[in-house]
Amino acid sequence: MSGLPGFLIDDRLHFPSCPSQGGQRFLVEMAAPLTLLLVLAVTIRAALFRSSLAELIAERVEVVSPITAWKRVVEGLALLDLGVSPYSGDVFHETPLIIYLFHFVVDYAEITFMLDIKTTLTFTDLSLMLFQFRKQKFALEADRYPLDCLELIRSPKEMYYIPLKVAMFYLLNPFTILSCVAKSTCGLNNAVVALFIFSTIKGNTLLSAIFLCLATYQSIYPLTLCAPAMLYLMQRQYIPVNFRRASFWWFIAQYLFMYLGSLFVLICLSFFLLGSWDYMPSVYGFILSVPDLTPNIGLFWYFFAEMFEHFRLFFLCVFQINVFFYTIPLSVKLKEHPVFLIFMQLAVISIFKSYPTVGDIALYMAFLPVWSHLYRFLRNTFLVSCVLLACSTLFPVLWHLWIYAGSANSNFYYAITLLFNVAQILLVSDYFYAFLRREHHLTYGLYLKRKDGSEATLVLK
Amino acid sequence: MAAHRCCFPVWLFILCSFSLFIIAGSQETTVAPEQHASVLDNPQTAAETAEQTAGESGGVEERRWEGTEVRDAAAQKQAEPAVLQPTPQPKDDFQEELVVRPLHSGDIYASFQFRTLWETDFMRGNKVSHYRLFPKSLGQVISKFSVRELHISFTQGYWRTMQWGQPYLPSPPGAELWVWFQDSVTDVDATWKELTNVLSGIFCASLNFIDSTNTVQPSASFKPLGIGNVTDHRFLRYATLPREIVCTENLTPWKKLLPCGSKAGLAVLLKSEKLFHSSFHSQAVHIRPVCQDWQCKTTSWELRQTLNVVFDLHNSGQGKREWSLFKMFSRTLTEACPLASSSKIYIDITDNPEGEQFELSPATSLLSQAMVLGDRRTFSVYDLTQQDTFGSVRSLNLLIRWKSTEGDMLRPLLHAERYVAGYGLQTGEIHTLMYNHHPYRSFPVLLLDSVPWYLRLYIHTLTVTSKGKDNKPSYIHYQPSKDRVRPHLLEMLVQLPPNSVTEVTVQFERALLKWTEYTPDPNHGFYVGSSVISSLVPSTVAMDTNSTRERPLFSSFFPCKEESSYFVRVYTEPLLVNLPTPDFSMPYNVICLTCTVVAVGYGSLYNLLTRSFQIEEPSPGLAKRIANVIRKMRGFPGTMG
Repeated sequence: MSGLPGFLIDDRLHFPSCPSQGGQRFLVEMAAPLTLLLVLAVTIRAALFRSSLAELIAERVEVVSPITAWKRVVEGLALLDLGVSPYSGDVFHETPLIIYLFHFVVDYAEITFMLDIKTTLTFTDLSLMLFQFRKQKFALEADRYPLDCLELIRSPKEMYYIPLKVAMFYLLNPFTILSCVAKSTCGLNNAVVALFIFSTIKGNTLLSAIFLCLATYQSIYPLTLCAPAMLYLMQRQYIPVNFRRASFWWFIAQYLFMYLGSLFVLICLSFFLLGSWDYMPSVYGFILSVPDLTPNIGLFWYFFAEMFEHFRLFFLCVFQINVFFYTIPLSVKLKEHPVFLIFMQLAVISIFKSYPTVGDIALYMAFLPVWSHLYRFLRNTFLVSCVLLACSTLFPVLWHLWIYAGSANSNFYYAITLLFNVAQILLVSDYFYAFLRREHHLTYGLYLKRKDGSEATLVLK
Repeated sequence: MAAHRCCFPVWLFILCSFSLFIIAGSQETTVAPEQHASVLDNPQTAAETAEQTAGESGGVEERRWEGTEVRDAAAQKQAEPAVLQPTPQPKDDFQEELVVRPLHSGDIYASFQFRTLWETDFMRGNKVSHYRLFPKSLGQVISKFSVRELHISFTQGYWRTMQWGQPYLPSPPGAELWVWFQDSVTDVDATWKELTNVLSGIFCASLNFIDSTNTVQPSASFKPLGIGNVTDHRFLRYATLPREIVCTENLTPWKKLLPCGSKAGLAVLLKSEKLFHSSFHSQAVHIRPVCQDWQCKTTSWELRQTLNVVFDLHNSGQGKREWSLFKMFSRTLTEACPLASSSKIYIDITDNPEGEQFELSPATSLLSQAMVLGDRRTFSVYDLTQQDTFGSVRSLNLLIRWKSTEGDMLRPLLHAERYVAGYGLQTGEIHTLMYNHHPYRSFPVLLLDSVPWYLRLYIHTLTVTSKGKDNKPSYIHYQPSKDRVRPHLLEMLVQLPPNSVTEVTVQFERALLKWTEYTPDPNHGFYVGSSVISSLVPSTVAMDTNSTRERPLFSSFFPCKEESSYFVRVYTEPLLVNLPTPDFSMPYNVICLTCTVVAVGYGSLYNLLTRSFQIEEPSPGLAKRIANVIRKMRGFPGTMG
């Protein structure tokens, strides 16, 4: 991409100095539909909480994992009350801060329910910021793009509804509703990640590092979000990504210091809360070594249930490295688009993590309306959406056939998880493809011609 | 040359045997000439036997009881080095007895007990090498592993408390082992592991399957039964193997531990083909230190071997309700074990004081009363050491002929049962029901549950209800499980209200295991060991304050303290729980398919990361490409790209 230095110089002049101005205007105009949406979402959740379905949903393996299950948090609290360390057993795997948080607010267990709303508001605000940022960028860059590309660039009017759409995608996503009704602590993780993205986009380095550290502390995987956060903040502060510049390394050192410092504080705080390091193997060892093979929507459980014992460690390393592996190449490729990089990272984590739940999927799916300008380049939307829908309905069906009816076996459920993951991979790579293609068109024009003048087709080479 | 080669071992042996004689003392001389004779006859084999005797001098000692008046000279010397008594008292003692209780269900309960007492000290580093009645294999186990108490039982079948009443010695189905170690043991877990493997060899049982995943350290339920008041439960290990199947191969080594083997005394009745054709079979070994006398100046070790069996004679006896020793064991008794200081048979005739229920022959005038399980029982006693017990036919065949089928059994005051509720393979609930049948007294019970790790218990779902009300346990000791390392341990003290059922429920989740962790028959299910309920139950005798027939009025106002309650241990049924299973036939397929999906993810991202968009050039047709290839092969440069 050619225009980085120029873009940066231009941007410096027009960067929104006061983002809250636009936010206020938006909130005033969007107040009515947003309130309506919130009321609707709260009603659905409240109705489900009160119904008998809540108990059923809380037991679903797709919705809760051994880490995030509310039942296990309650068990941890019960153990704490009995005077037994919650980490002396293998039922509770949440972090010490969570258990002490819930120790005080257990009576208001529906806090997770609030968290959803909070997450959404964060997301809305976040997309609002994004939208303002883009609007500025649009105004700036409109003259630099080839003329026929104008239809690729979203007009402010189109972008206007994106925050609302994001809110809707997150709040009314059945996956979010399910994990909220199951009181999965996944909602808490999502809120922390959303706050992290929010503070990053706001340009607050310290808060970004702290929230990223909280997210990492909860489950190791958000560690990979470090790269996009630093890229974005550097972009905000006009620090060029150049390995020979001291300012680049200075910023990285600063960010890592804040990040590692707060991580150190959190870990020490947990140690002093419990008085032992028991939680380290019980939380992080549990995430990394995958001893619990309870079925879920991920790829780990059946693979490691059927693994030959002497290859176990090897494949465990391969599968765990796989999650972190994409960070560097993706950051290199998307170094000018850190927000899309965040989306990609979140998607990779939620597909390849060891105990995924539908709540993790809901997190990255909330981003999809932000990329609405990529729709025209998506190749297999129909297929992917059909497979995702079919799999989501088949999960409970095949689970019932295996576990309750006894007429199917584990392979049926496993096959569906495979298909579900293939669909997710297709979805993500499709968005990645569309994003790269749009970037290509923005540089070279939308209607490409061959040398002989006939219409050209683009291929990846 | 050959003669020379033979001579050397002969001389060696003679030297060896001389040294043996010096050690063993004068009693050995009766054996020695025989050995000499055999040396002269066949020097080759004699050398072998000499090696054997030198190697395991205990082997000689063990067989010495065949001659009746052999004494343990060396042990004597150690205890009283200066005094040489002309007739020293043996410091060990053996008793055997058989109790037969006709059960109201028409079954017969026979309980054998063999008790060996030995005043010795296995600890403090002195090597005990002279064994007379006490089995050497167990003595070595005690001294090597610093065992303070050892209780092991093998049981086939389930004791039906409601039909049969309380057993004299309760035991859970399968194998049960609990051991108290001396507090000098530093690494209890390693010692326990080694001990289980050694016991597995001694009893030919799968005790080697006892590992950390089925071993617990109960804090209150298993107190030492012998003397000594160290109750730090770090030195206690308890394990059950509910799946263990007990058969003749376990009975044979058990019988070999008896001083008379199965050659004389009550043990001749123990024929496996009859014993295992029964409703219930349980054999046990209990080792504990006990007081030698009432002042408890010296301690001695007690080895108690018990065998309990319930015969279903009513069904197999062609409708006739009668039984005899011969019918039960296909043997009759002809003599007591010559080494036994007492050898007796007790027949429970409490329900038959006037002979209206059954007729016992041969009749005996000897009666005995004992307090058994809180009840005063009357027994007919046959003393096998008296020759006149065997009568003129020189054999004793006890016979009971039933006259009526009526009669009701006193309901056991404490009774428990357990089952798994719920359906499907995801979750479940363990229900334990404890019945207190006492009409007006409540009493506390200790419930011990050891649940394997693959049933993940949720302790916050624990509920204890009796009479529809919440019954909060006054003490809970819970140790959560660690995957593949240790089981759940739940111990609690619950007060059982009078005449009530107390229900304990706890929910669990079934884990999916690795395919190699399943038993060869995974869809059969997994066994969960019995719950153990230990309690001091108010005695039925103390309950009976109205009965002034036997006792004078002045003695019956306050219930007698010793008789007011008695200790009972009740085992519930073991559970059989199904777990979800993976498909065992396709590990390769799963590995391949999952790796494919990961590769699809990797591949598509790799594709997008490394390639860039380019305008597609028209590709030359197939004919042109082939022509190019041919042209290249012929040496022309490929012009057409």
